[in-house]
Order: sequence, then C-alpha cells, then structure tokens
Amino acid sequence: MNIRITLDGKEIETTAGTLLVDVAADNGVYIPTLCYQRGKPCLGTCRACSVRVNGNVMASCTVPVAEGMTVEVDAADLNDMRKALVELLFAEGNHNCPSCEKSGRCELQAVGYEVGMLVSRFPYRFPPRTREHVAKYIWLERDRCIFCQRCVEFVRDHETGRKIFTIDDRGTHASIEIDVALADRMPPEQVREAAELCPVGCIIAKGVGYDKPIGQRKFEVKSIRERTLERSRK
Amino acid sequence: MTQGIEVNETMTTNIHPILERYHADKTRLIDMLWDIQRQAGYIPDAAVTALAEGLNMSANDVRETLTFYHFFHDKPAGRHTLYLADTVIARMQGYDEVRATLERETGTTFGSVDPSATFGLYDTNCIGLSDQEPAMMVDEVVFTRLTPEKVRTIINRLKQGATPSEIANPDQFDTRRLEYVQAQVADNIRICGPVFFQQDRPHAQILEKTLDLLPEQVVEQVTLSRIRGRGGAGFPTGLKWRLGREAPGREKVVICNADEGEPGTFKDRVLLTRSPRDVLLGMTVAAHAIGARTGILYLRAEYWYLKDYLEQQITDLRAERLLGRSILGREFDFDIRIQMGAGAYVCGDETALIESCEGKRGTPRVKPPYPIQQGYLGMPTCINNVETFAAVTAIMEQGADWFSSLGTPESSGTRLLSVSGDCAAPGIYEIEWGVSLNEVLDTVGARNTRAVQISGPSGECVSAAADGERRLCYSDLSCNGSFMIFDHSRDLLRVVEHFMRFFVDESCGICVPCRAGGVDLHHKIRLIIAGRATRQDLDDIVNWGNLMRGTSRCGLGTTAPKPLLTTLEKFPQIYREKLARPQGPLLPSFDLENATREYEHACQALAQEKSK
Ligand SMILES: Cc1cc2nc3c(=O)[nH]c(=O)nc-3n(C[C@H](O)[C@H](O)[C@H](O)COP(=O)(O)O)c2cc1C
Ligand code: SF4
Ligand code: SF4
Ligand code: SF4
Repeated sequence: MNIRITLDGKEIETTAGTLLVDVAADNGVYIPTLCYQRGKPCLGTCRACSVRVNGNVMASCTVPVAEGMTVEVDAADLNDMRKALVELLFAEGNHNCPSCEKSGRCELQAVGYEVGMLVSRFPYRFPPRTREHVAKYIWLERDRCIFCQRCVEFVRDHETGRKIFTIDDRGTHASIEIDVALADRMPPEQVREAAELCPVGCIIAKGVGYDKPIGQRKFEVKSIRERTLERSRK
Repeated sequence: MTQGIEVNETMTTNIHPILERYHADKTRLIDMLWDIQRQAGYIPDAAVTALAEGLNMSANDVRETLTFYHFFHDKPAGRHTLYLADTVIARMQGYDEVRATLERETGTTFGSVDPSATFGLYDTNCIGLSDQEPAMMVDEVVFTRLTPEKVRTIINRLKQGATPSEIANPDQFDTRRLEYVQAQVADNIRICGPVFFQQDRPHAQILEKTLDLLPEQVVEQVTLSRIRGRGGAGFPTGLKWRLGREAPGREKVVICNADEGEPGTFKDRVLLTRSPRDVLLGMTVAAHAIGARTGILYLRAEYWYLKDYLEQQITDLRAERLLGRSILGREFDFDIRIQMGAGAYVCGDETALIESCEGKRGTPRVKPPYPIQQGYLGMPTCINNVETFAAVTAIMEQGADWFSSLGTPESSGTRLLSVSGDCAAPGIYEIEWGVSLNEVLDTVGARNTRAVQISGPSGECVSAAADGERRLCYSDLSCNGSFMIFDHSRDLLRVVEHFMRFFVDESCGICVPCRAGGVDLHHKIRLIIAGRATRQDLDDIVNWGNLMRGTSRCGLGTTAPKPLLTTLEKFPQIYREKLARPQGPLLPSFDLENATREYEHACQALAQEKSK
C-alpha cells in the first residue's frame, strides 16, 4: 500500500510496513547503523539509528512506516544523541584504530566519522578483556566487540544449525564466546563471511591480515554514507 | 540444596531423566537448569555439555542462558546457598550488622564459598520482603527480620546439620500448605478495601457467570470497568483483551506476570499467598475472553517458597473442574503451568519474560510485534500483572459499574500499595485511586517524612513537603505499588547511588545506552558523594540521562536515570551542597591518590627490597 510520510520536512511516498531506516536511505537521507543490515532481521542493539517519530525518539530500524508519520532525522539534539551512542561504544571497549586490522573497513570507525566524533565525552573505561585465539581459523579480539549480536544471530554451524558465537554473562561482564569445535569446521567461505559480518575488528580471520593496503580499503574508497545511499541514486 | 549427586562422567547419564522430563524441549531449558542445580548444587560444565548435546545446541548456547540469570551457578556454590537482600530499606534496618555477622559466622566473604564448602554467600537485589527486612534466602526458604542474634542461630543450626526448612518451618508443615508459607513470611495486610483479599469468594459461581457470557461480553465488562494494568505501564486491560480476542491465531496464551522485581513491591507476593484463586481465576477469565488454552504463571525464583503451594492450588482447581479439560463441563479447556524465573529484574518486562518462558536469556524483544500479536512461541499472548487478574475476578463478581465507581474518573478501582521504610506499620494497604500523598503518609503512620520513592527506582522520588497534596492516580502520581518512605535522617544520595547500581546490575546489556550509559551515571553519583563533582557533572547527568531515556530499547533503560533526574529536580540542594570547589590546577574529578597509587606501591616495594 502506498502511503505518505514526512521526512525532515519533505513529503515522500513509500510503501506501508517498510522499515523507516530503509525508507530514509532510499530517499537520500543517511541514518547511521551499526547492527542493522538491510535485508536481515532487525537486531535493535546499537540504537545509533535513533530518530524522532511523531515526537518520540525511536530506533528507525525497528519502525515500520505508516501513513502520516512525521519523521525527524536531522535535528541538533538527535545528531548529538547518535553521536553520543557511538562515543559510548568507543569508551566502553578498547579501540586503537591505527593498529587495528579492520581500520578502513570498520563500520564503527566509519560511522564515527559520519557523526563527527572527535573524542568520547564519556570516560574511557579501558576494560581488561582477554583475546581468544584457540580456534584454528578465527581470532577474537574482544577489546573491540560492540555486542551488536550479528554473529550470534546470523552464523550457524551448517550441519547442526547450532550457534557458533554466543555472549556469556551480561552488562559489564559480557563477553563474546566462540565454540571452538564448531568454528574449526567452518568452511573458509564462512570464516570470511563471519569476519565481514562483524562490524568491528573483533572477529578476525587468521592468516589473511592486512591483505589490502591502508588507503584502499572499503570505506576509504567509498564512505559508509555513500554506500548506504547508493540505492537512492539509482 | 545438594543431594550429593555425582559430578563427573556420570553427569551424562544423570541428565537423561531431566531431558526426558521435558521431552528434550529446549524452550524448557530454565527448568532443566534448575533441576540440575537443585540436584548438584550448581551446574557443572559436564552437565552443560551433556544438556547441549541432548538439545542440539552448542554448549555455549546453553551457557548464554545459564550465565544470564543471577541464581544459576556454574561453579560450586556451597552446600547451602545464602542470598542476603541488599536493598535501601534493609540498609535502614540493620543490614550492615547482619551482613558482617553472616561473614563471620560462615567464615567466608560475600561472593564466595567457605573452605569447607558448606556456605556460599551472595548478594541479591530486593527479594520482595521490604516489609520485613533484613531478609535472606537460604536455598529455597527465606528468613526475615534478621538480627545478628538470629543469624548466629541459623548458621549454627545449619552447621549442626539442620536443613533450612527445619529451621524456618519448625512445625514441618507440608510445603503445599499455606501454613508453610506463613511460617516464613508475614502477610502484613494492614488495610483491606472492597476489591482485594475478600473472604469466601464464590469462585465456581463467578466462573459460571463468566462463562455464560460471550467472550466479547467479558471483554466489554472489563472495558467498562475501566481497569488499567497494575504492573506499571497502566495499559487499559479491556483494550489489551480486545486486541487479544481479535488477533489471528489458532492457539493463544495467557501469562500472569509474577516477577515482581521492582524494589519495594511485595503486593503480588501477598496476593499469591492470600488470594491465589482470585489470580488464577482471573487468568481463566482472560482465557475465555481471548480464546486461550495455555496459561503460564511466571513466578520469580525469590518466591520459591510459594511454588508448591501454588501448584496445589492449581491441582485443587483442576479437581473442582475450574481449570483443565472441559471447565465446568463446558467446551472450554484451559490449564496453567508455573514457570520459575532465575533471578533477573528485566524479566518483568513482558517481552523479556516471554523469552525467559522460552528458555532463553531475558532479553526484551524488539517491538513491534507486540506480545498480544505475537508472543510466546509466536502466539498471541496476553500478559497481565497478578493484581490485574485478581481485580478482574472481583469485577466479574461484582460488576463493572461497581468497580468503575471506585477511584477517580480516569483511574478506576483501588490499588495495593506495598509500603516500606520509615513508618509505623509497613505492609499492604488497599487505597482508592485519588488519595493524596499526605493521606497515605498519615494512614501508614509516617512521621517527619522527607521523601517518598513512588514506584520503586523506576518511578520518581517526590518531596513530602512539596508534593503532599498530589494524588495517586494514573494522571498524577502513577504508582506501580512500591511506596518507600524516607524520613529526614536519611541520606538520599546514598539511596540514589543504590538505585543506580541496581540498574547497572540488572541491565540485560543488549542495547548500548543502557549497558554503557548506566555505568557512567552510576559513576557520576559516586563522584558526587565523594565530593568531587562540579556543575558540569550535573549537566552531564541531565544530558546523559536524557540520552538513556530517549534511546534505550526497553523500560529498564528508559527509567534507569530517573533516580538521579527526579532527585535532582526535587532536591537540588543535596547535590549543590556536595559540589567541589576547584582548588589548584587539577580537575576535581581527578583522583590524585588513585592515580598515583601504583607508584606509591612500587616505591614501597622498592624500599622494602632495599632494606633487606
Ligand atoms: C524492566 C521492567 C520490569 C517490569 N517488571 C514488572 C513486574 O515485575 N511485574 C509486572 O506485572 N509488570 C512488570 N513490568 C511491566 C510489564 O512489561 C507489563 O507491562 C505488565 O506485566 C502488563 O501487565 P498489566 O497490563 O496488567 O500491568 C515491567 C516492565 C519493565 C520494562
Ligand atoms: S574495531 Fe574499528 S573502531 Fe575499533 S579499533 Fe578497529 S578500526 Fe578502530
Ligand atoms: S563479535 Fe563482532 S559481530 Fe559479534 S557481537 Fe561482537 S561486534 Fe558484533
Ligand atoms: S534498555 Fe537495558 S534492559 Fe532494556 S534492552 Fe536495553 S540493555 Fe536491555
């Protein structure tokens, strides 16, 4: 069903039930996301896509559009909220981009640029987190995990359907875990997918580090904003 | 409690009966984990592996659930596991001495097990006994109104081999009987009104009358009564039931939310103790109204002492044909099972509760869809609070008009207050919506009151002086039942600090603002108490608090900043008094001593080396 909504003051036509975050992207309005991936079920964990819908702040990846909705994306307070959420993630883990394998293709870093983050307003916590390198093909650099849940929800052992990645405990004690036996029988293709799926440099494929020179990496050749809005230009 | 089960390779064989009991259905994982822990005292790795294999899950997947809940242990937790409730009310009533005595008598510190592996000592948040603190759980029983003397006696008897139940229940009442519950916990019903705790309610007759009505007519009655949910959000119950009625789905579900995790509330505990039939019948009325066959009562693990008693009530109702197959001889089947929680405040959130009923971590779901559309196992699910169901039974007995004539035009009926803190008689008070704060304070015998925390940490802190004439109703002081009173001798900042820590402890951690932001807000209040905060910190509190309020995924995160924000609004002076006056070039928040501590240690170590 075709409906009309107002997006940053502009009336646009769209289809009822489509997720707001996609509708915005299709209409040239970039909303940052860290857990959401177009076409995949919404995870609703990072909240970086928060916008105002009919006066209430909501995560746009969780909102199916409906007739007459008024949506605000570009407002000073909202821009600052989204920025603050990204800053929280930097303060919560340990991120040292220059020495990170993911730099240049990291969604957190890319989104950090988009929201204009320079430094975190929140005190850096420097949590002690141990890395996990027992699995044959995968290295978990826990310092960088943002608990987006992508790996937990979307990676399964092909044969049994069991979870390979899981999160132990919760809150400040949360820790990303890997089932080593299952991980060791992941085909190379699946290992590569898992590493790509991880928005940050936490899931790292062993043996292929720094395969692309800095400067030629994913978001360095084309920004995350451009990539998200690609469809709207077609 | 440990029954001395073998914990090793034989674990695999021991798991089989448990798997069989639940037909290897992984949605019953929490029940299975409980069964293992009750046998072995904890959940050994071997059991996790065996269970995972039997359920076709990875072992870590089982651990996701296991590690989420406070009461599950993956390491030995003592032959007796003790949980002392750490609440703001307990701290006003001798908690510190009790805590110290426990450590001394058991020979261990909180968070660990003593060398003889007899006692595991742990902290826990409110266990629903704020009217009789300090209180603790020992295995599956509770002890209330603790004093150092009482603690010494209990620990000594446990050392001599008595079971907790023998101590708490000296007359050895059957666990299925009311006397068993009352031997441990006082009801403390102070004022009864027209709706709750009525003697001799004719349950069979009420149900007959209800089943004579069409489901739509029941929905209409509930709508006309204008009752709103008693769990906190105040959603109109009639509307929820209509949506449940209309929701497409062959199978539907009714769930009673007896998680009662909000610090300071205990009314559901008392309703389940004294009027269990009102609650169970209310669920049956809902089942008729929306067309459900399955009912679940989600009972928090802190109320384990109510479990057998409630099971018995369900069994009795089945025998009387008020529950089960062909209820009252009609074509209406509805049955209820009890799902035990395992220690997680967030599981009070209806979608987290559903996840928990499905054997998973208690993570609130992304909405939409709402439970009433797609809830438990994808079926339309109607969740209501214990008190809501009990009130519905009264409505079906006495009529919608009667109920809506009570209270105010927009807040009909009465509500149960769980009153605790500085007053003459803590306990349960049934009040009509619309009474003023002052009237309540008067009734409960509160003197010299400074502040009242309405609705627990997730609610608001009001000032007795400024807000005394405000009224308890949905449009003014909406109250989920928790009513904690603080007089002028209390340090409100310490209360706020405690509440903020509660939210950090209880965050499910799936979304960023609550998981990470809560920690920062907790840090701020500690900074204030330490006298090292500046104006900037107060501004940060407001801004960061608003961030959490706006962007968190569930009600826990959106309400978590409220202890800070509401006291900052009502009692700004207590914050201002604590602000640091900048001296010298260092920021007040900079803790010089802490920053140089390691250097000091190193110097001392070096000095010792040298002197050798
Ligand atoms: C963190 C959190 C905790 C909650 N705890 C409870 C609870 O212990 N009991 C309860 O009935 N509702 C609780 N609720 C509200 C429920 O989500 C839900 O609204 C309620 O059970 C619906 O019943 P009602 O309409 O009868 O109030 C909680 C909500 C949140 C967000
Ligand atoms: S994960 Fe991303 S943000 Fe973190 S250090 Fe690596 S590149 Fe930087
Ligand atoms: S490991 Fe990567 S994909 Fe998995 S939860 Fe952490 S950040 Fe997300
Ligand atoms: S707000 Fe807190 S409790 Fe609620 S989903 Fe987010 S992290 Fe979990």
